[in-house]
Amino acid sequence: MFESLSSRLGKVFEKLTGRGALSEADVTEALREVRVALLEADVALSVVKEFIGRVKARAVGQEVIKSVTPGQMVVKIVHDELIATLGTKGTELNLSAVPPVVILMVGLQGSGKTTTSAKIALKLKKEKKKVLLASLDVYRPAAQQQLQILAGQAEVGSLPIVMGEMPVAISRRAVDVGRKEGYDVVILDTAGRLHIDQELMAEVAAVRDATQPTETLLVTDAMTGQDAVTLAREFNEKVGVTGIVLTRIDGDARGGAALSMRAITGRPIKFLGAGEKLDALEVFHPDRIAGRILGMGDVVGLVEKAMETLDQEEAERLAKRMEKGKFDLDDMRKQFAQVRKMGDLKGILGMLPGIGKMAGALKDANIDNKMVARQEAIITSMTKAERRNPDLIKASRKKRIAAGAGVEVQDVNKLLKQYQQMADMMKKVGKLGQKGLMRHGIGGLLPPGMKFGR
Amino acid sequence: MSIFGFGKKKDAAPAPAPDPAPTPAEESASWFGRLKSGLAKSSSKLTSGLGDLFTKRKLDDEALEELEELLITADLGVATAARVTKHLAKTRFGQDVTSDEIKATLAEEITRILGPVARPLAIDPARKPHVVLVVGVNGSGKTTTIGKMAKTYKDAGLNVTLAAGDTFRAAAVEQLKVWGERTNCPVIARETGADAAGLAYDAVEQSRARGDDLLFIDTAGRLQNKADLMAELAKLVRSIKKVDETAPHDVLLVLDATVGQNAHSQVEIFKDMVAVSGLVLTKLDGTARGGVLVALAEKFGLPVHAIGVGEKVEDLRPFEADAFARSLVGME
Ligand SMILES: Nc1nc2c(ncn2[C@@H]2O[C@H](COP(=O)(O)OP(=O)(O)OP(=O)(O)O)[C@@H](O)[C@H]2O)c(=O)[nH]1
Ligand SMILES: Nc1nc2c(ncn2[C@@H]2O[C@H](COP(=O)(O)OP(=O)(O)OP(=O)(O)O)[C@@H](O)[C@H]2O)c(=O)[nH]1
Ligand SMILES: [Mg+2]
Ligand SMILES: [Mg+2]
Repeated sequence: MFESLSSRLGKVFEKLTGRGALSEADVTEALREVRVALLEADVALSVVKEFIGRVKARAVGQEVIKSVTPGQMVVKIVHDELIATLGTKGTELNLSAVPPVVILMVGLQGSGKTTTSAKIALKLKKEKKKVLLASLDVYRPAAQQQLQILAGQAEVGSLPIVMGEMPVAISRRAVDVGRKEGYDVVILDTAGRLHIDQELMAEVAAVRDATQPTETLLVTDAMTGQDAVTLAREFNEKVGVTGIVLTRIDGDARGGAALSMRAITGRPIKFLGAGEKLDALEVFHPDRIAGRILGMGDVVGLVEKAMETLDQEEAERLAKRMEKGKFDLDDMRKQFAQVRKMGDLKGILGMLPGIGKMAGALKDANIDNKMVARQEAIITSMTKAERRNPDLIKASRKKRIAAGAGVEVQDVNKLLKQYQQMADMMKKVGKLGQKGLMRHGIGGLLPPGMKFGR
Repeated sequence: MSIFGFGKKKDAAPAPAPDPAPTPAEESASWFGRLKSGLAKSSSKLTSGLGDLFTKRKLDDEALEELEELLITADLGVATAARVTKHLAKTRFGQDVTSDEIKATLAEEITRILGPVARPLAIDPARKPHVVLVVGVNGSGKTTTIGKMAKTYKDAGLNVTLAAGDTFRAAAVEQLKVWGERTNCPVIARETGADAAGLAYDAVEQSRARGDDLLFIDTAGRLQNKADLMAELAKLVRSIKKVDETAPHDVLLVLDATVGQNAHSQVEIFKDMVAVSGLVLTKLDGTARGGVLVALAEKFGLPVHAIGVGEKVEDLRPFEADAFARSLVGME
């Protein structure tokens, strides 16, 4: 729904091509569009104004490089300044204190504190830290239970729940247990609270005083609007924030709140929450968020992800074999692996505002990863000879294969039938040559019954 | 007054509505006070801004621009803020105006936009049950809103059942069960990980067999750009229709007042996928002003049934256009 900044600026600069340096008038007009773009991305007004002022100072008088338009030049300056404001990437957690090191999670109701606590616990566990999760949320129904379940999923320690115990007491007990049982890190999840709720803000300040956290992370929703400045300022003043976590970056919000909070508190954005699952925690990349705020999509992110996901060489090799009409079960298995990766890619594509039809099609693709994985398992439990020459697979072999993959014989039959259909199709495609494959599009690479679209 | 009117929605005249939540004067004063103080806090900046702006001042271009900016800080969005300001300019440009006059005119214009969407949820007690599906992005306040609404209708004498359709998030089922206990409403649930569409089907069937008046179905939070999760929600609706093809009779989209311009995309996509019939705006007890609602009203015209002003069971209020508009511009 929002026009991208580049297209907005394109219009402004259409009339003035091929000028020398950027004049004050050019810049002022361009920055009007930048202002709207930033506001539409939910950057707080005060932050927008200050930001525009800085960009203006930098832009006026700049030579426009030959090969670019004045609009592109301004976008570049805006983009660079945005990255500079957003701060450096990958600021790590500060864990340099006598263990157990305490991390305190704070934020508004429903911002994602509990989920993020468990995500950070999982990340630290992978880094060989012993982590204890403790919930101080004695208010919201089933909040403590929620964290306990997530701790189980992350396979980290969880402070036993004592009914009726109040938050400060729980936090003391957590640190105590942490010390006695040799934990490296204790993560304190707190109840959601409004920054204007004096009682609850005092409570979390008391927890801070009792536990001396090295990190106090403010967890906020990427969809937050103009209020981001107020809440960030208040939390920072009343509790003292050391870092920010921006959740739900997997949504299609432009995420201007990131810029607002960073500018107001001066604190680094440490992590991005990119999904509900516990492994959906990313380190912060200012360039990605900058592109997103400007409405240019998270192009860098997409390209990187796509590159690590789809093995280009493998795809080309497969295409060649298809062309020759050679296609065995091993090829099919490799294809399944790629399809499965594409399924994982779907979420990422959702981050891109208006990237076009191709992504739309892929996003809507009905890829059931569990089913794909099961098919892979069937092929994996075949011998090499069987994979090259499926005709070998008779009744007794089928039984063995089914048992090995944990499926029924009829599943093996189904897969073989599917293979036959694909092999036949491949032969046809082979005759059509590379062009035919192109015409069938990426959907042609999918096994039958797994077509794109709803 | 009550937001919760009863009566057939589309096909018949409203039945005489028993007031489900008779509010004692004291209670009413306190909730209004609470809402007011919440919104006042949220608009104090706007108010002081307006004060500075317009005390003995001519309404010129510069003043209008500042006014537009103040509306932007309330999340009205650039376009809507511009439109509302332009409207003001039409009648008042060049005049010497006080801040009170400006506030009143602004509130009037915003009330004009919001008035038509301030419509209570109309429950038809003849449907047994009237099925209300509650949807929205993660953490917006769906489960809590169901708890609050359950209390309202239970107190009004209806048989209310809750269905724990969030079979995904950890302890979501347990959370709704607590609300069931608090409000004395039975909760139909399966274990976490179960099929939500199947649960919804069973819930409607059981609720119908019991002769319930009202069934609330909770759902897992989902971001509107996740096609697979949205398709799952559409599937849940289809499975409800297998039991009762007229159901769900209402689909409530729960929006968090802190949300910015992304609310547009939320309404648009949820509306497309599951035919949202009304909105609830939560967390208005904070400093966020929920001004995006003005733009949403202009664009979609969906009724706003209620607002959330706290985490407790009694913290649900009717949505009143006038009160909301006046608070938004900093009037009492
Ligand atoms: N899509 C998405 N959902 C998220 C993310 N982080 C959290 N959630 C979801 O957001 C909802 C709220 O998350 P919680 O972790 O319970 O939030 P909280 O801040 O602890 O909430 P309260 O304790 O009630 O204040 C849940 O449905 C989570 O699954 C994220 O990065 N992306
Ligand atoms: N201050 C305030 N908090 C609210 C309000 N409504 C809900 N909350 C809180 O917001 C948080 C999230 O509410 P839930 O009802 O769990 O939200 P949900 O949409 O069901 O969340 P998911 O199921 O995880 O997507 C909880 O901490 C609630 O207590 C409100 O009107 N005001
Ligand atoms: Mg929590
Ligand atoms: Mg819920």
